Order: sequence, then structure tokens, then C-alpha cells
Amino acid sequence: MVEWSLIIYCGLITFFSRYLMIAILKKEMFTDRIREVLSFVPSAIFPAIIFPAIFIDNTGNFLLEDNPKILASIIAVIVGVFSKNILATIFTGLTAYWFLIFF
Amino acid sequence: MSNKLKIFFKGVTDVSPLMIPVVPFGIIFGVLAIDLGLSPITTMGMSIIMFAGASQIVFLQLFSAGASSLVILSSVGAVNARHLLYGAVLSEHMSDIKMIWKIIFSYFLVDQAFAVTNPYLKKSSDKNKVFHSFGAGATCWMIWQTTTIIGIYLGSIIPDKLGLSFAVPLTFLALIVNDLRKLINVIVIIISGLIATFGYEIIPFKAYVIVAAVSGLTVAMILTKSKSVN
Repeated sequence: MVEWSLIIYCGLITFFSRYLMIAILKKEMFTDRIREVLSFVPSAIFPAIIFPAIFIDNTGNFLLEDNPKILASIIAVIVGVFSKNILATIFTGLTAYWFLIFF
Repeated sequence: MSNKLKIFFKGVTDVSPLMIPVVPFGIIFGVLAIDLGLSPITTMGMSIIMFAGASQIVFLQLFSAGASSLVILSSVGAVNARHLLYGAVLSEHMSDIKMIWKIIFSYFLVDQAFAVTNPYLKKSSDKNKVFHSFGAGATCWMIWQTTTIIGIYLGSIIPDKLGLSFAVPLTFLALIVNDLRKLINVIVIIISGLIATFGYEIIPFKAYVIVAAVSGLTVAMILTKSKSVN
């Protein structure tokens, strides 16, 4: 049984993680240097979601061999870099993955 | 049409391509939750109260593994820590707006909204430009709630074999694919990815996300500094 209080606490922690910086930081605090470093935020965070989802299976094991997600991701990256198209990247990756697991 | 509304709809349009992979993600969440024995009301409550896909999935994973409330709460906190960085990036553009708007925009500040609003805010000089994030976030909200409902109804009809959860990393991959043209970004991406992968089991409370992100940012800070000195 999931308790509502836990969901509400999780909701609050989610909200404040989004609100805190917006509430306390002021425009004057931003220098070009800070802006430059912050521009790397997507490159620093998204791989932390991407890599484990590709290399680690549901039971927490690291999978390097016999892992169709790796090849499918490489194909998606190649298509993405050349097409610069978000949808093409996602669909190529999914199609490649289905091709690899079903054929 | 008022200027605010126009910018709002620009956010809706910009974020729309990113919604396609959110569809299977939301359905997966609904299906998983029902599979784990959550009631439809609780499942819906999670999507409305938390409105955070990755955190909700982590919540379910830990809950099904029998984790304590404290572990679930701290893990959700760790997964959410990336929002601190989003807020830091966007706060520059939001410092002049009313508090009520800050609260509303914050609730809607999801990954996909950040991804499309950040570049928009950088190039726009319109005083109402922050409504872009509202449009993008509200679009995500509609899709997320709708697909949660669909997932609840579909229950276990969708075969696991289809591997729809793979759409999640692919979405994030698509968001950084342009950064792969820049050497420093590639180094940051690889370092963050490797730390997350190898820290996945070692770093407690699923804090691997934030440990990897902070490490990646530190490397970016060092590399950009040495570049500007030379």
C-alpha cells in the first residue's frame, strides 16, 4: 500500500527542486563565466539517465555483450548527428532496436 | 492574440516533437503502477502531485523492491536534483516576474520544457518570453496525465517484449545529440555517463544521477577555463 503522505512529500520535494533556484537567484548573479558553465548542464545530466538505461538491465547487471540497445543507440546517434532531427533520432533508435530483437 | 498567449503557443509548438516519446513513457508508468498493485486513484495522484516521469518510475521501482519511505523520498530527491540546475539556468530570465508565476512555472518545469525553453530564452528579448516554458510545460502535463490514464486502462495488455521503456533513454539522447559536435561536450557526456553507469550500484540512494552530473559540470568548468586561458 502506497501512502498518500509519501506521494505528497515526494511531490513537495519535486516542486521545491524546481522552485528553489528560481526563487533565490537574481539576474545580477550571472556572469558570462557562470553562463558558460551552466550551458553544459544538459551534457552533464542527460548521460546519467541515458547510459544506465542502455547498459544496465532490470536486475541491476551491467550488460556489454548481447545487448541490442547499444547498437540501436549508436545508430540513433549517427542519424541524430547528421539529421539534427529529434524525432528521426528517437524513431531510428526504436526501429533499430525492434529490428535487432525480433529478427 | 495577446503576446503572452502567442509565446505560450510557441512553447506548445516547440515542445510537441518531444511529446511523442513521452506517450509510451506515460503509458509504461500507468501499466507499471497497476501491475504493482497501486489503485487507479493513487496512480493518477502521483502523476498530478509529482508530475515527474523519471522520479515516478524510480518511486515505483523502489516501492516494488520494498524500500522504506525514507529511501524512496531521498532517491526521488536525488533524481530531482537536476531540477536545481534547470532552475539556476532559467532563473536569470525569471527574476523579474511575480512570485505566483514563479510557482506556476516551477510546477511545470520538466525536462522536455527545459530543453526547448532554454534555447528560446537565450535568443528572445521579449519581456513575456518566460511564458514559453509555461506553454511547453502545460503541453507535457496534458500528455502525461492522458497517457497515465491510458496506461491505467491498458494494464497488462502491452507486452513487455516490445521494450518501450527504451524510448526513455532515446529521448534524452536526442536532446543532446547536437552537443556531440563539440569536443568538450563529448568529454563531459562520456564522463557523466560512465560515472552514472559504474556508480549505479555503488552510490547509495540512487544518487548516481546527481554525482555524475556534478562531476560532468566540474570537468566542464576545468576544461572551459583552460581553454580561455590559452
